[in-house]
Amino acid sequence: MPSNAVYSHRDPMLKKRDDFEDILEERRTSSDLRYALRCYTPALYKGETPCQSSLLKSMVLQSDQLHYVISQISKETGKATDDVRDEASAILEEMAHSLQLSTVRFFAFSLCKVFKTLFRSICVNEEGIQRLQQAIQEHPVVLLPSHRSYMDFLLMSYLLFTYDLALPVIAAGMDFMGMKVIGEMLRMSGAFFIRRSFGGDQLYWTVFSEYVRTMLKIGYAPVEFFLEGTRSRTSKSLTPKLGLLNIVMDPFLKGEVYDVHVVPVSISYERILEETLYARELLGIPKPKESTSGLFKARKVLSEDYGSIHVYFGQPVSVRSLAEGRVNRRQFNLLPRHISRRPGEDIHSFVNDSAYKLVRAQEENMVLKPWVLLASLLLQNHHQDQEQDQGMAVDQLTAQALWLRDVSRQYGAFLHWPDHIPASEVVSSSLSLHRGLVRLSEGRVQLAVEQAGGPAVPGEAPSTTSPEEELLNQAVVILSCASYRNQALHVFLRPALLASAIHTASSTLKQDVFNSFSFLRNIFSNEFILCPGATVQDFEEACFLLGKTGVLQVTQQEVLVTESGHRTLSFLTNMLDPFLQGYQVVCRFLCEEATETLTEKQFIPAVRKFIIKHLLAGSLRYTEVLSSDLQKNSLAALLRLGAVRKIKGVEQGTLKVDKVMVNSLEDTLGGKLPTQKAVAARL
Amino acid sequence: MASNSSGGPDRQRIAQQRLRIITGHLQGRVDVDSTILAAECKAQGSQTDVSREEEKKTVPRRRQDIMKWNGWGYSDTKFLFNKKGQAEFTGKRYRLSGMIIPALKEWFEGTFGASMQHKSPATTMACFLSARLNSDAVQPPTLNEAFVEELKSTGIPFSHDAEDRVFRAHGHCLHEIFALREGKVGRVPDMVVWPNCHNDVVKIVELACKHNVCLIPYGGGTSVSSALECPPEETRCIVSVDTSQMNRILWIDEKNLTAHVEAGIVGQDLEQLLNESGYCTGHEPDSMEFSSLGGWVATRASGMKKNIYGNIEDLVVHVRMVTPQGVIEKSCQGPRTSTGPDIHHFIMGSEGTLGVVTEVTMKIRPMPEYQKYGSVVFPNFEQGVACLREVAKQRCAPASIRLMDNEQFKFGHALKPQVSSMFTSFLDGLKKFYITKFKGFDPDRLCVATLLFEGGREKVLQHEKQVYDIAAKFGGLAAGEDNGQRGYMLTFVIAYLRDLGMEYYVIGESFETSVPWDRVLDICRNVKARIIGECKDKGVQFQPLSTCRVTQTYDAGACVYFYFAFNYRGLSDPVHVYEQVEHAAREEILANGGSLSHHHGVGKLRKEWMREAVSKVGMGMLQSVKDYVDPKNIFGNRNLI
Repeated sequence: MPSNAVYSHRDPMLKKRDDFEDILEERRTSSDLRYALRCYTPALYKGETPCQSSLLKSMVLQSDQLHYVISQISKETGKATDDVRDEASAILEEMAHSLQLSTVRFFAFSLCKVFKTLFRSICVNEEGIQRLQQAIQEHPVVLLPSHRSYMDFLLMSYLLFTYDLALPVIAAGMDFMGMKVIGEMLRMSGAFFIRRSFGGDQLYWTVFSEYVRTMLKIGYAPVEFFLEGTRSRTSKSLTPKLGLLNIVMDPFLKGEVYDVHVVPVSISYERILEETLYARELLGIPKPKESTSGLFKARKVLSEDYGSIHVYFGQPVSVRSLAEGRVNRRQFNLLPRHISRRPGEDIHSFVNDSAYKLVRAQEENMVLKPWVLLASLLLQNHHQDQEQDQGMAVDQLTAQALWLRDVSRQYGAFLHWPDHIPASEVVSSSLSLHRGLVRLSEGRVQLAVEQAGGPAVPGEAPSTTSPEEELLNQAVVILSCASYRNQALHVFLRPALLASAIHTASSTLKQDVFNSFSFLRNIFSNEFILCPGATVQDFEEACFLLGKTGVLQVTQQEVLVTESGHRTLSFLTNMLDPFLQGYQVVCRFLCEEATETLTEKQFIPAVRKFIIKHLLAGSLRYTEVLSSDLQKNSLAALLRLGAVRKIKGVEQGTLKVDKVMVNSLEDTLGGKLPTQKAVAARL
Repeated sequence: MASNSSGGPDRQRIAQQRLRIITGHLQGRVDVDSTILAAECKAQGSQTDVSREEEKKTVPRRRQDIMKWNGWGYSDTKFLFNKKGQAEFTGKRYRLSGMIIPALKEWFEGTFGASMQHKSPATTMACFLSARLNSDAVQPPTLNEAFVEELKSTGIPFSHDAEDRVFRAHGHCLHEIFALREGKVGRVPDMVVWPNCHNDVVKIVELACKHNVCLIPYGGGTSVSSALECPPEETRCIVSVDTSQMNRILWIDEKNLTAHVEAGIVGQDLEQLLNESGYCTGHEPDSMEFSSLGGWVATRASGMKKNIYGNIEDLVVHVRMVTPQGVIEKSCQGPRTSTGPDIHHFIMGSEGTLGVVTEVTMKIRPMPEYQKYGSVVFPNFEQGVACLREVAKQRCAPASIRLMDNEQFKFGHALKPQVSSMFTSFLDGLKKFYITKFKGFDPDRLCVATLLFEGGREKVLQHEKQVYDIAAKFGGLAAGEDNGQRGYMLTFVIAYLRDLGMEYYVIGESFETSVPWDRVLDICRNVKARIIGECKDKGVQFQPLSTCRVTQTYDAGACVYFYFAFNYRGLSDPVHVYEQVEHAAREEILANGGSLSHHHGVGKLRKEWMREAVSKVGMGMLQSVKDYVDPKNIFGNRNLI
């Protein structure tokens, strides 16, 4: 039996997940007003009574930490301590939330209306809610929702209000403050605002971190922030930001609380409100500044159908158990705790690893809709016969989707495929929800790219578009589609890396394949969520999955592809191929066109131009390579590997390219060079 | 004895009065008269009457005659549930003796989920010894014949009787007592010797060096650090050096207020003898009934009233220790010296690894004129700690100030003896009403501090006011002398209570630490929570008791005691679970800025953390002292390093 248990642990297919309940159902049958005004008495941490936000502020201003920093700053700058304290107080005023139940009720009421118009259902795992309720009473709680839409934090507060749970205090970016009325309303519904960057400002940092730490220490309310830092425009999880995670873990590490429970929350949208907005942004059309009037303009989105939302509250993760055996907490014994020190290497790597684990926990509980599979298939198909794009027969698409459904389930995907409905209906209803992205005609379906200029920007004469504009218009559709495919990437990522490794490896020897795998994994670790230092586990997981599904035969020495495995393998390599190609193009750009004076700022526009040229010339297939996300990630990878260096000179952030190295990386990516050398050079 | 020179009859009368006060919390009411009689005998008696002196002393050579061999304290004293199911404390030695404790059963059952139906009785000594005949529970002694022969010629008494040896093979750690109750013993000393004086010890150590025999000094046997456990890997003959017969006060110097005392004397005898001359040391560790002066020195002991009298390192003026290299001592009794690192600090805390402490010159003080107990109720533990911190800041701590958390407050309540009159019970009810209803204290959060003031009457009253004023600033309400006195009385009986628990599947232990003020609350919360969490993880079926108190205040921090007990029904290896939880609790203490030990010492139980506690270089220093003083590891108890 025990061996069985270990086995099931490794097999993601057997992962147990909770059931969902639609919370809009009740809202459609009973009064929203009564709902918004109902009695709200959430249970708090250790049965504490609620404390006013003004009391919280005074606790922060009186904290030893802040006192210490104020006196330090006063000593260094010669300013009077009172002045510095006033500064701190002003920072706190600018930052702090001021939760008011009336505002929350107002939001609850209006969101009911909005949600009911926009969405078919909002599904929540109620067991997760119960676990959260338990956790809130026992420990300080940090909520970590995934971030795909502006909707996320309104939705979170709405849900907690609905379930009579303590409302979270949410870390929001300062840009919201620009929207005057909305900004203040958000503040009154529990948001607090932080500047996007405050690198050297010690006073700001101290006020901010004390604010968060105090809330946790006194169990004021659950603290909510986005581990990814910003909304993911690509639907891929972003590399986690560590700043806030560091702050919320600190009270535990210093023994000020017994434990902190972190709850990853996965919010998946069947159709993302910001869909085309994101695509345009990735293509270099700048994001509009948040403004209240902008929001009103966006109200036309209200007339469309956005399907359903799934919110999965994951298992609360105890920071204490994460730190067990990892962090020596005695290191804090010799310094008074109000003096903060830059976290040491061990703390940094602990927080970093934890952050990755938490993002993966978010990914694992993301609900995938059938459309995600369809988008993957349609994209692959689109690229395969680009010349005479006839699309796919719907029957063929349905058959492939069913096949992919089974594969993804075997890989542990949290797929919501309604098995009780005929597959053809599932497919057609998915297609109709995303009718802006696909074209259906005569039983065939294809991406809506060929006259993309027309429907995307109505009223514009197609004849006036230049080839470049047309390309960009196509790219909007492709990138939107890719963002749905990306939702499933985490499911296929490790097998896909292995598939590509097999493809590029010089032999079928396990060691060679592993080297290739390790190389690719290393290159792509800015692109995808790959836990640092887990190469061997990832390799084994991939081997296990592909072995289990009969794609590979993995022996002690060799990795062999089975007869029936080619279909899966080619699907997987195709999935990763746009990224492989994209990185190669970036390398080629750096080798061919990078000048001595290329700065980081100029990089994106320059590489974009280069890519457009190649796309138009037909020497590059993947329009999605135009995504600035991919370009930034590849540059980050090259910087990390040392193939490109940033020089702090006259011109801020000039890029110095090691052309030999970049060239060899490009060749290795393209399978022209054996990986071993490249790996040896790097690892 | 020097004491006689100053003793007029009047003075003796006063001394006896004072004695009555100081023994109040120690002795039972009935017993008080007999104590004073005994004291009178001593004061008037001739100094040469050795036999009378011998018989009066607390600790005989055959300890098992008056003390439990597998539990705490005197054989005649224990808690039990009588036929009516009421808790009762037997014997006559303590204030609580002979009394019914009505609320204990309910508390005991409620707290631990224990039941009177489920008993876990101990093996009796007779059973144990007869079992030995069949299965060799106690291995036969490995004697070093040459050593025994030469020892015989010195005339120093010794024994290799199994009972004597088993008695000296353990301290009072839970695992030690649990094993004894199960009738299991590991390696025990091969023989026991009873030196009578310093010179006897010198002879024993010389012979041990000559014949390569391992010596383990044994004082009161109250160790809670596995310090007395014989290393199982020791192949040489192990000789337990029981210092209990070295129990005389050799002289008292009233000019300098010092007393020169043999190190085997136990605390209660030392105080009693000094009291007869109108003096005291004021050193009162909780174990003072049984622990010895030599043991205090060897473990760096701390006493309840250290705020007035100091800890052992403050009390010791001169120490004599016999080591394999010879006798170590200072050449003068200067109150402070600058002569390099203080060699006393190699001796204090050496835990029997370097030699036997034989004689100690200690500071003494005139007995206090007046003593007053007190107590303060706080709305919660946080306020209580804040008050103690303020008291420490103002350096006005009474002789003793202790803060119990809510669980211990409830426990203390459960130990209230049956009240004698309707009036008292009415008064109790009224007090409770006042505190919980009128003052709005939450009975599940409030906590209590117990106080003991000592000194001149006027000063005590003034001091009392000062402390109560501070307490009031932190929401504290004076809660009467009775509660305070009962708190201190419990110190002595609590150890007996563990034996009662062990009769009903409940095991427990206390452990301590010292910690800077700013971390006191955090360490208390986190360690208590860790204990509960670990018990859950390790499959303990019932909610454990996890409680703490702050027992000492210092300028820069406090001493914190944790009590931890659980019902082990349903566990196959309760001691192992217990040890895992204690280990985790210690890890938690260290992670929260607590020390490895405030006064219990390291022994073998906490050895694994020593290197980190004192650094690698620190360990090297200790090791090099050991290597020089005892190259053949004659004092081979393997404590500390």
